[in-house]
Amino acid sequence: MSTRTASGRYFQNRKTKQRLGKTILLLALIGISIILLLPLWWMIATSLKSLTEIMSFPPTWFPKAIHWENYELAWSKGHFARYTLNTLLLAAVGVISHVLSNTFIAYGFAKIKFPGRNYLFSIMLGTMMIPSFVTLIPQYIMFSKFHWVGSYLPLTVPGFFGAAYQIFLIRQFFMSIPNELIEAGKIDGASHYYIWWKIMIPLAKPAVVVIAIMTFQGAWNDFLGPLIYINKESMFNLQIGLQSFKGQETTQWHYLMAGSLMAMLPVIALFFFFQRYFIEGMNISSGTKG
Amino acid sequence: MDSAAKKRRMGLQQRKEARQGFVFVSPWIIGFLVFTAGPLLFSLYASFTNYDITSRQEWIGTQNYATMFFHDPLFWKSLHNTLYYVVLSVPLTTLGSLLLAVMLNQKIPGMKVFRTVFYLPSILSGVALYILWQMLLTPGSGLINVMIGWFGVDGPAWLVDPVWTKPAIVLMKLWSVGGGMLLYLASLQNVPEQLYEASEIDGAGPIRRFWHITVPMITPVLLFELITHLIGAFQIFQEGYVMSNDMNAPGSPMDSLLFFNLHMFLKAFKVYDMGYAMALAWFLFVVVIVLTIANMLLSKFWVHYEGGDNR
Repeated sequence: MSTRTASGRYFQNRKTKQRLGKTILLLALIGISIILLLPLWWMIATSLKSLTEIMSFPPTWFPKAIHWENYELAWSKGHFARYTLNTLLLAAVGVISHVLSNTFIAYGFAKIKFPGRNYLFSIMLGTMMIPSFVTLIPQYIMFSKFHWVGSYLPLTVPGFFGAAYQIFLIRQFFMSIPNELIEAGKIDGASHYYIWWKIMIPLAKPAVVVIAIMTFQGAWNDFLGPLIYINKESMFNLQIGLQSFKGQETTQWHYLMAGSLMAMLPVIALFFFFQRYFIEGMNISSGTKG
Repeated sequence: MDSAAKKRRMGLQQRKEARQGFVFVSPWIIGFLVFTAGPLLFSLYASFTNYDITSRQEWIGTQNYATMFFHDPLFWKSLHNTLYYVVLSVPLTTLGSLLLAVMLNQKIPGMKVFRTVFYLPSILSGVALYILWQMLLTPGSGLINVMIGWFGVDGPAWLVDPVWTKPAIVLMKLWSVGGGMLLYLASLQNVPEQLYEASEIDGAGPIRRFWHITVPMITPVLLFELITHLIGAFQIFQEGYVMSNDMNAPGSPMDSLLFFNLHMFLKAFKVYDMGYAMALAWFLFVVVIVLTIANMLLSKFWVHYEGGDNR
């Protein structure tokens, strides 16, 4: 050590400083992680406790005895099977309709030249600024005139006509695919439909997965739509079912937490399976908006 | 060659191409006319009428707007609630997500795990999330007050006390800022490394580097986030509906969670005063448009686009 030069000591100092900084950062990251994860742990713990344990003070961090039956009871009392099935149906139709229509429309905007294309595209971007509540009530009135209220039609049909944000996202992706591919396809006699279906969708797989996940999440958590349009209990989705379950089970926190966890589980599972795509989706959208 | 000449020479092939282009975008055009443009025009017209869907619709001029400003105390209450929420939540969530993104942008082993953990809460949404937070915010035995108690402070009654209901919701929002965080992280990673190296040689410290390099470089994303957050915050509805402490009085206690959209929702779907509800919707629409445009105009002074005006 003593043989080090002055500049050597300078770098030595800087290194210790950097190491200290990194240690503080690491501790902060761990601290924040614990704070972020505690609510989830609290949820899991509560869902496995007995009601008397939940009411006892001070609260316990680990359930004294594990009550798996909370899940069974919440599942059967809350009609979760029915709601889950309804929600899955809505999510499936949502994903299919969004992937088909948004890739189709985006192909037109990205790869076919026609007069007025840029005007239409600007209008489409403009519609993203319109808050959904301005069109919510007139849409309800329109669907009630169609006699669609009380059916799944208002929740599913609009999905087939494109969603601005997703069209935009996919279009950006399509733009990065070289035009030579399309030219080559055309020389081989392929139509635009064939190119869209057989070349573009497979090439755009990461973006397609991103919009599929987005749509699934949106459909899974949709509350306002079913709240307005669905009036029969047998047609409720999970969100509405959970809300009415909450109404009946106030302060029955063990059932409520078991039910809420079951409702969140598919989205959590999806997150862990498709983590890469969640992050990628953000990158795609930030890259285009930045 | 001028465009008119070009157009005249548009051959059979191009015309076929153009036709196909319209076919491809036609679903959006139809959807735009039926689900956006049509409803917008109708709701503007209907906001000047007395309308309850079933009976006839009659023109009443600006009466709905007059009622709104002069005879509906809940209009002002809900507007106040919404503005309070916007002013509190937008800066806090922006700062929070930016701070987390900066922390996650350092080179440290295990960063992937931290990124996953930080992002996880933001994928949870919907009624289940609100039920969870209602439990966490329970006065006394709820986790939040237990944690506050560690510091020897008695936590507030959160969702029971009208003063604390909106901060309670902001707290929940802060927990799930991961979406914005990821956007910032992506843009932080696009900042060229040479800029930092150059400034380090010039002797700039980490704080100076943050304000003079990082912040200017990410201002486009900051602007985007600010605008979408603002539009989103003005639309807050579900939190007020689901997290009110009395199921039969959405927005309770004491209408402290009666947000603007919740007020509009109740007018439309509980008492079927559709004309009035659409007047409310248009009022908020105008507020949002004005704020968005103001934001865009002001952005000229602080948003930095790389390479001049390549936006």
